[in-house]
Amino acid sequence: MRGMRAAGRVVGLLAAIAATGLMFEASAGATTIERVVSPGGIEAWLVHERAVPLIAVEFAFAGGAVQDPAGKAGTATLTASLLDAGAGDLDSSAFSDRLERKAIQMNFSAQRDTIRGTMRTLAENRDEAFELLRLAVTSPRFDSKDVEISRAQILSLLRRETTSPTDIASRRWWETAFEGHPYGRPVNGTSETVSAISIADLKSYAHRVLARQNLKIAVVGDIDAEALKVLLDRTFGALPETPELYPIANVSPRGLGRRIEVSLDVPQTVVDFGGPGIPRQDPDFMAAYLINHILGGGSTDSRLYQEVREKRGLAYSVSDNLVWLDHASVLLGGTATRADRAGETVDLIEKEIRHFAENGPTAGELSEAKRYLNSAFALNLDSSTKIAALLVQLQLDGFDTDYFSRRTAMIEAVTLDDARRVAKRLLDKGLLVTVVGKPQGFASSKPN
Amino acid sequence: MLLVTALTGATVSAAHAGAEVSHFTLANGLEVVVVPDHRAPVVTHMIWYKVGAADETPGKSGLAHFLEHLMFKGTEKNPGDAFSRQVAAIGGQENAFTASDYTGFFQRVPRNHLKEMMALEADRITGLVLTDDVVRPELNVVLEEQNMRVANNPAARLGEQMDRALYLNHPYGRPVIGWRPEIEQLNREDALAFYRRFYSPNNAVVVVAGDITAEEVKADAEATYGKIADRAETNPRHRPMEPLQEAPRTVTLADMRVEQPSVSRDYLVPSENSAKPGESEALEVLAHVLGSGENCRLYRGLVVEQGLALNASASYAGTAVDYAKFAIFGAPKPGVSLPQLEAAIDGILAEVVAHGVSSDELDRAKTRLIAEAVYAEDNQATLARWYGAALATGRTVEGVRAWPERIRAVTAEAVQNAARTWLDRRRSVTGYLVKTLQSEEKRS
Repeated sequence: MRGMRAAGRVVGLLAAIAATGLMFEASAGATTIERVVSPGGIEAWLVHERAVPLIAVEFAFAGGAVQDPAGKAGTATLTASLLDAGAGDLDSSAFSDRLERKAIQMNFSAQRDTIRGTMRTLAENRDEAFELLRLAVTSPRFDSKDVEISRAQILSLLRRETTSPTDIASRRWWETAFEGHPYGRPVNGTSETVSAISIADLKSYAHRVLARQNLKIAVVGDIDAEALKVLLDRTFGALPETPELYPIANVSPRGLGRRIEVSLDVPQTVVDFGGPGIPRQDPDFMAAYLINHILGGGSTDSRLYQEVREKRGLAYSVSDNLVWLDHASVLLGGTATRADRAGETVDLIEKEIRHFAENGPTAGELSEAKRYLNSAFALNLDSSTKIAALLVQLQLDGFDTDYFSRRTAMIEAVTLDDARRVAKRLLDKGLLVTVVGKPQGFASSKPN
Repeated sequence: MLLVTALTGATVSAAHAGAEVSHFTLANGLEVVVVPDHRAPVVTHMIWYKVGAADETPGKSGLAHFLEHLMFKGTEKNPGDAFSRQVAAIGGQENAFTASDYTGFFQRVPRNHLKEMMALEADRITGLVLTDDVVRPELNVVLEEQNMRVANNPAARLGEQMDRALYLNHPYGRPVIGWRPEIEQLNREDALAFYRRFYSPNNAVVVVAGDITAEEVKADAEATYGKIADRAETNPRHRPMEPLQEAPRTVTLADMRVEQPSVSRDYLVPSENSAKPGESEALEVLAHVLGSGENCRLYRGLVVEQGLALNASASYAGTAVDYAKFAIFGAPKPGVSLPQLEAAIDGILAEVVAHGVSSDELDRAKTRLIAEAVYAEDNQATLARWYGAALATGRTVEGVRAWPERIRAVTAEAVQNAARTWLDRRRSVTGYLVKTLQSEEKRS
């Protein structure tokens, strides 16, 4: 449970959060964001919402799997899985018992660049919930029995990943694109590295990464600013001021133009494709976001969906996403297709992307994409948990609370010329493609 | 998009007493439920047809789900993908799903576009137009969906075999996505016949959740859905029912890709709809005490104390017309055999049957279950799904609203009785997921 949950779907989660990070609209005026700073100097973004008697807290420590020590990939994942497994005077069963008695939900996970935490509580159990959160982030126990349970769960997950086509395709893509860089290491580690992690490594990781300076917090629900200020200091005040992070180099994905096949005896062939993305603070970002939406950003109107699924029935799903990390950015997509037409599918996707790079979107596509991204935003503001996750992402991305009022104008400002230029900038460098299964009509190729 | 879920995993719980849920029925028999939530200017609009895979004709498995896909192919009034384009144009999201008992379609849109969505959805209750040009590629899409969800996934394949073994006679044993050889034979005529037979206002429930009032919804529903004549017979759903189950069944699925073996046990138990009063609620609490959270009997016993398993859990999926499954799962540690783990699971179940649950366990489980109703209120789409699934499986709005009270009323005695009555191996199937058949040690 604990370990399995924390270890699973890390890449997917990152992509999902990254995607929601974009959607915001000025017309969602009902949501008022307050910047709250505690007497101890801890900042949180707050939306005070009384309609439902609960409180949602989301937070992130910059750090994540890139801060795993050399040869110990998976340290961040294992650490995160153990933060709620006993803390302070409470061993793991006493800690989970306290959570369960008040139906408090708490979870931690590791991504490439962050350790994230999420907590939900009924408003009536607020003080108990924040007290347990304080214990989890400031004094996790890492008792050896709990470490071994979590480690065994992660090792089991890693064994399963060795024969899962989607996991193999993704892992192969990242290790090829970022060979030699921490982004090339699997977030959950390998059986060798996870086996090598000691309790001292976990304690050292928590001490280095869980600090106040690299912490972003968002709170949504039935709590006001004054009450929150007190709880912020009480909950996070005992953390060290500054983290001790290894410097990480900026990097661009490599292996562009390369096709890699991994043979696996499965009826359906899984395809991952990707290339360079665009940094979140780049002036061309909004244009790139529109381009991504038109190409394969999840709508049934997208070019890839129309060409691959609707016209030819080659796949059930095909899409791509912009993924922006602290030290790299990529455009990453995927599909799963019948083996006898796998080569045709990859050729078709590459052809569509090349064509889009050369010609860009039509005026109609661009205006429809703008309209969509402007109005779809409100859909991400209809639950406290969603709002809180979005507010943390915006802080991680370096935005201010006025981002919402500026977003529509940023989208509207993208011209057709911008979009054409950025389509070329984003899409004409070639793709790294990893394919897992028994594909026909597909050949691996060497790097250019 | 267009997922298939067995959705049996979704527990229909209930709304917090605060939500002012209302419902009404139009003259053509369409039932409408309104769940107001004014926090954001958006609405979730869903239509649930009371037809699913269990209503298919034998030999045509997968037809309910295939039709779900084809419902996006346009009508005379809104040809091609006009509906989807309209949803995209207003920044909305849409999707659909099929289960054994129901088929649902939904849009999430800015509040001022609700009536448009209702008009489009009303139009496709009876207006679907299909040509072979759109049907044929979509069949390939569905076959790829079957590949993705089932063929590529050994655990899902075991799940299909277990369902088939659990139900000796009832069509719940049929996979929602269908058996592949039968999917391959589905065609346009099959889909249209099924559509005409089951898609009608009097066989559907509309749920609207979000920034809207009952009065607005009522006026818009009359003006849109109200114009569609009903065309289906409203027969109660009589499916072939289970005979007396007398023999425990076991199935084993071997695949070279299985790197983590596991044991699953499904018991045939009453659903919320078919249970005697209090029985379904007791099963819900029993599943929680046995298999939810780190202090549950199975996790604590097998993972923490005995050190036999990496994971262990239990669940009760009660939202169904005729029957439900009470499911147990365990993944052994390396070196522990499946029979060894299965025996340990049986030991824990026997303990609950013999001695029941403590008042402390009972209180903790009830607190968490009741809190789920409040957490659900944070998400309009979740609430809409709860009401839709309940009403599509024979329950009522009042029943959903009373769920916290019904859980509160569960006694320790009722939980023990549920364990004693329903954890009966003669009404169960046990599934092993293994790498090779040779590796399967003798069963206990």
